[in-house]
Amino acid sequence: MKYVIIGNGPAAVSCIEGIRSLDRDGRITVISKEAHPAYFRPLISYYLEGKSKAENISCRPGDFYEKNGCEIVTGEAVGINKDQQTITLKSGDAIPYDKLCICTGSSPFVPPMQGLDTVEKKFTFLTIGDSYEIEKAINKDSRVLIIGAGLIGLKCAEGLRDRVQSVTVCDLAPRVLSSILDDECAAIVQEHLEANGISFSLADTAERFEGNVAFMKNGGAIPFDVLVLALGVRPNIGFFKEAGGECGRAIIVDDSMQTSIGNIYAAGDCAEQYDITFGAKRIMALLPNANLGGHTAGVNMAGGSALFDNAVPMNSIGFWGLHMMTAGTYANDSNAKMIEEKGENSIKRFFIRDNKLIGFIIIGDVRSAGIYTNLIRTQTDLSYLDIDALIKNPNLLPFGEIYRRKTLGGVV
Amino acid sequence: MVKALKGKNITPRIHVEEGGKIHYAVSCRHCEDPLCLKGCISGALTKDADGIVTINHDKCVGCLSCMLLCPYGCITTDEDETVLKCELCLKNSCGAPACVQGCPNRAITYEEVQE
Repeated sequence: MKYVIIGNGPAAVSCIEGIRSLDRDGRITVISKEAHPAYFRPLISYYLEGKSKAENISCRPGDFYEKNGCEIVTGEAVGINKDQQTITLKSGDAIPYDKLCICTGSSPFVPPMQGLDTVEKKFTFLTIGDSYEIEKAINKDSRVLIIGAGLIGLKCAEGLRDRVQSVTVCDLAPRVLSSILDDECAAIVQEHLEANGISFSLADTAERFEGNVAFMKNGGAIPFDVLVLALGVRPNIGFFKEAGGECGRAIIVDDSMQTSIGNIYAAGDCAEQYDITFGAKRIMALLPNANLGGHTAGVNMAGGSALFDNAVPMNSIGFWGLHMMTAGTYANDSNAKMIEEKGENSIKRFFIRDNKLIGFIIIGDVRSAGIYTNLIRTQTDLSYLDIDALIKNPNLLPFGEIYRRKTLGGVV
Repeated sequence: MVKALKGKNITPRIHVEEGGKIHYAVSCRHCEDPLCLKGCISGALTKDADGIVTINHDKCVGCLSCMLLCPYGCITTDEDETVLKCELCLKNSCGAPACVQGCPNRAITYEEVQE
């Protein structure tokens, strides 16, 4: 059996482990664009901050590929011949496959912006290579302008603050982290970030650049030394689309991570799958899903029958001691009821539909939040639970004796 | 002991839940297929050959993704904001779960159960 994996991030690594859980012998070829072994992308901001060392960011120990009998081919896949079952690389080489998994992730999206070519020091922020480049460009007197107040932009801001003179973040959206927080929760986070030295220009963005000055939509001008473009990402799916594979915004997969083309699977940020809380397929480009989806794909490629049929978006992120967690769906669902619990420096919002928890936002008191995430992933019927008690204090007591005996075992 | 710990912030790896007359201790289940590992963004959490899930404090960046995923609420944090969890006391001087040895009511057992 010839297995081929395109991409070499967490989804690919989990796919390798999935394959090897059933098949010790089949040949695995990993096609990788970056010359590094798989590393944890979210660590690139912690590297800038000094919390992660470059030698500590790999997903697996150094002998992982060798131990698992993987051949690494450095190159870029540009085409698939689905009839002959071959991949074409940019170099022109063709690689045959019996089972293929696409784990190509995504690339930064940079829209056309007037005068961007006049900016000398400009960067996107998605790879460890970007971190190294930004590190070379900054000094303690640098004024950094970050375009995009999403997860990537704000983590970059946190990573850079202590190494530069100032960090300003702008975004066309009126609030920070607009994809995961609502207005009120975003305001709490923004205030905390401002108290920690980050400046914001929201509902505003750079329209054009002249060298080191950004001219803003609202009429202002922001001078800067280093520009970081964190406007979002686009999945790397061009070659799959050209082969006639079904795509939405990313590669459409079913619960077994199979795509619309036989013998081809996809996982990670380039895949789009069913979100049980949203009731439709969407991109959930988050590390846990890359790992769970990649492993599922690998097992199925090796002839097993695994399902990843409870995918939900989930995020845990913190800035200078303030933690926030979100999961599931909570915006634009008028059928959902919200229950709120406010504490000192903490807010929890739970969204319930048809007696099931479909989402939450927690800022501050994030203790044991996995108990809530589990309620979402298992779509537990809340009729039998004291949800008010659970919301105040996440613990296993409200689940009753039978559940506790089953999960905790022994004498409980 | 009480004197020695005065003013010290204690960060236990086990917690006791209670309601009415019921009290029970909860700590890491060392799951067969641990969800916390699937969410770890730094590779700090690993499962060793003996099946024990351990945390490497040098690698942990305190993102708490594991806390978001653990269905049992068993992950907590240390004073330095990195993650703390039950490691069966194998890394400390006890060498075996101290909670089991020390429980006067023998209410905590150390055993392998099928998931």
